[in-house]
Amino acid sequence: MREIFETTIERLFADLATPAYVMGCEGGEWPADLWAVLEKSGFTLAGVSEALGGAEASWADMYVLVRAAGRFSVPAPMGEALLANWLLSKSGLEGRAGALSIAANANLVLDGERVNGTAYSVPWGRNVEEVVAIANSSTGVPHVVLLSRSAASELTLSLNVAGEPRDDLGFTSAQVLAQAPLPNGFEANVLELGGAMLRAAQTAGALHALLDMTANYAGERKQFGKTIGSFQAIQQQLAVFAEQAAAAGIAAEAAFVESRCGLAALTIAAAKISTAEAASVGAGFAHSVHGAIGFTEEYPLHLLTRRLWAWRSEFGSASLWSQRLGVRVCQGGSEGYWPLLTGHGQQSLTRLVSDPV
Amino acid sequence: MAISQFTYSNIPPEAEALRAEVRAFIHDTLADYPPTLSAQSWMGFNAEFSKKLGARGWVGMALPKAYGGAEAGPFARYVIIEELLAAGAPVSAHWIADRQSGPLINRFGTEQQKQHYLPAICRGESYFCIGMSEPNSGSDLASIKSTAVREGDSWLLNGQKVWTTNAHHSQYMIALVRTGEKQAARHEGMSQFIVDLSLPGITTRPIRDLAGGEHFNEVFFDNVRLPADALIGTEGKGWDQVTAELAFERSGPERFLSCMALLKTLIDALGKTPNALQTREIGRLSAKLLTLRNMSLSVTAQLAAGEHPAWAASCVKDLGNAFEQEIPEVAQLLLETEPRQDGGSEHARVLAYLTQMAPSFSLRGGTREILRGIIARGLGLR
Repeated sequence: MREIFETTIERLFADLATPAYVMGCEGGEWPADLWAVLEKSGFTLAGVSEALGGAEASWADMYVLVRAAGRFSVPAPMGEALLANWLLSKSGLEGRAGALSIAANANLVLDGERVNGTAYSVPWGRNVEEVVAIANSSTGVPHVVLLSRSAASELTLSLNVAGEPRDDLGFTSAQVLAQAPLPNGFEANVLELGGAMLRAAQTAGALHALLDMTANYAGERKQFGKTIGSFQAIQQQLAVFAEQAAAAGIAAEAAFVESRCGLAALTIAAAKISTAEAASVGAGFAHSVHGAIGFTEEYPLHLLTRRLWAWRSEFGSASLWSQRLGVRVCQGGSEGYWPLLTGHGQQSLTRLVSDPV
Repeated sequence: MAISQFTYSNIPPEAEALRAEVRAFIHDTLADYPPTLSAQSWMGFNAEFSKKLGARGWVGMALPKAYGGAEAGPFARYVIIEELLAAGAPVSAHWIADRQSGPLINRFGTEQQKQHYLPAICRGESYFCIGMSEPNSGSDLASIKSTAVREGDSWLLNGQKVWTTNAHHSQYMIALVRTGEKQAARHEGMSQFIVDLSLPGITTRPIRDLAGGEHFNEVFFDNVRLPADALIGTEGKGWDQVTAELAFERSGPERFLSCMALLKTLIDALGKTPNALQTREIGRLSAKLLTLRNMSLSVTAQLAAGEHPAWAASCVKDLGNAFEQEIPEVAQLLLETEPRQDGGSEHARVLAYLTQMAPSFSLRGGTREILRGIIARGLGLR
């Protein structure tokens, strides 16, 4: 499934998500025609079980979709829709075909069929039709809820560094469209964990595109009578960039592949940390090698670098995930250290620490 | 694109099954092995330990059964060596023979050479060193000057090798020397020889390192007469044979686990309730370690598939060395522990030792600059 996904999605994005198109969507313009094609292709339902209307793809299969979204700076919540639909399906709810996003950070209370509270930093919150979030029942039981954006009583607009909407939605006694208790084995932070995994893959994709772009530029741009890529000073920067991009790619892929049943918390934490560091290093070197031209609006370098700067801090920064991973490591002491590092691939840890920070 | 060589690979179950066995063996064999010794990692020499590993079938395990190996795939060896390295087991005696010399002899050797050398390697009794660098040939390896000249049925070896790890403990050296006139193409005219280090005319002198240890050596060849069958592989093809080994040499867990002993003493010194900075740094280092391991496993999968991932291996080594070298720095950042050569806590002694060893990590097996040059070439820049 993965190969078909990859070739199809890359062709789709190459045709539609051109630099000019991406640039035009920044600031909150909804990519209606791009989303229509995505929806028609059924990609956003990939992770939904066949019984509930999807393709029952694994996260290992879906990795290439999310990575491609990063590579092409896709100005739409495709990964968010994949995650939302996957969680709906795991909760026994039907997948949704329309424009769909997630609220990983929410303070929502579920009272019967109605929800009160706020969902923060919802990707494309102003644009989507529906949002999946976790709401606590009055007795404190976490539920997966599907909310209609039009039911929000308050909308606070916000944009990340790449001009992508990250809006707060306030709900007052809003009717839920669907709800189910959080499935067994899932933690209330499942959307944050999943969001971190998505951003890791997008970052890996963007870094690969950025490395290509920068290596090509270094091979073309001439100074002192030769290409700048023939200077050791430039070569050394690009080599370190390549190492970081490679690290980001494998870390993100590991997170997806090891998320077999639930979400592999420890591997996702490592992926978010590794990709965030790679994003910082890669964006820095890409601008350094490109010189002034890369600092212009006209040249498409910033479409990638500004997204790297945005995504590294979304759904938890490297610092936050390092903190959580560090607690887990220190709890086990040196005796438990190596078994923890080698055992995570076999046992998918959905919970990183027994007592979340 | 070069970077797409890195795809995630899991350890196959049959290789993973070895883990519990080797862990139990280490637990029994190295009970109470102190951190100050495990800090030596793959520089720790213990002939008895190597023999015990050989008896378990864990040395030269990729080699054919006919010569004492187990015909196991690269992942089985990976599990064994990463467990040994994580525990800081003293693997130095057989390390080079297991990693490089055995596979080289198996690949390029004659039937007679294989029968002669491989069984002793698999028993963990035969130690090899690699004779590459010379006083004026470090990173510029192709400029070596040691020569072997054919004289009737034998070869006459002259010259000098330096920085040869374990030459003083090894029975054999696989030496790269010139066998022809320097050609227009500078990588031609070199050959590899298996040099019996007990032969007359060979002098080995250990060179003490900055911490007082004796790991590397200078080795002098003064009219050493080598038998015809000391030549390994094809005359004049030494450079190609050497570069074929590089992916094995540069992608393994020994390229990022050299400071494992320090990471462990640090975690214990921090205790169960470290402060925010300490927790974060331990988490950050652990994430890097997990990612490096996944990169290394990815290269192992490529080797298992018969590919030649020299580019990817360079990425693992350079990134891995930077990680190893960062650990003593982070240890200093997180705790007010003065490093101690002698006395002090175990953590203080391990910190002192590895702080001093750290510079060597990015020198041995290919310097940082050489690796980055290889990576840049893979990006189409050279």
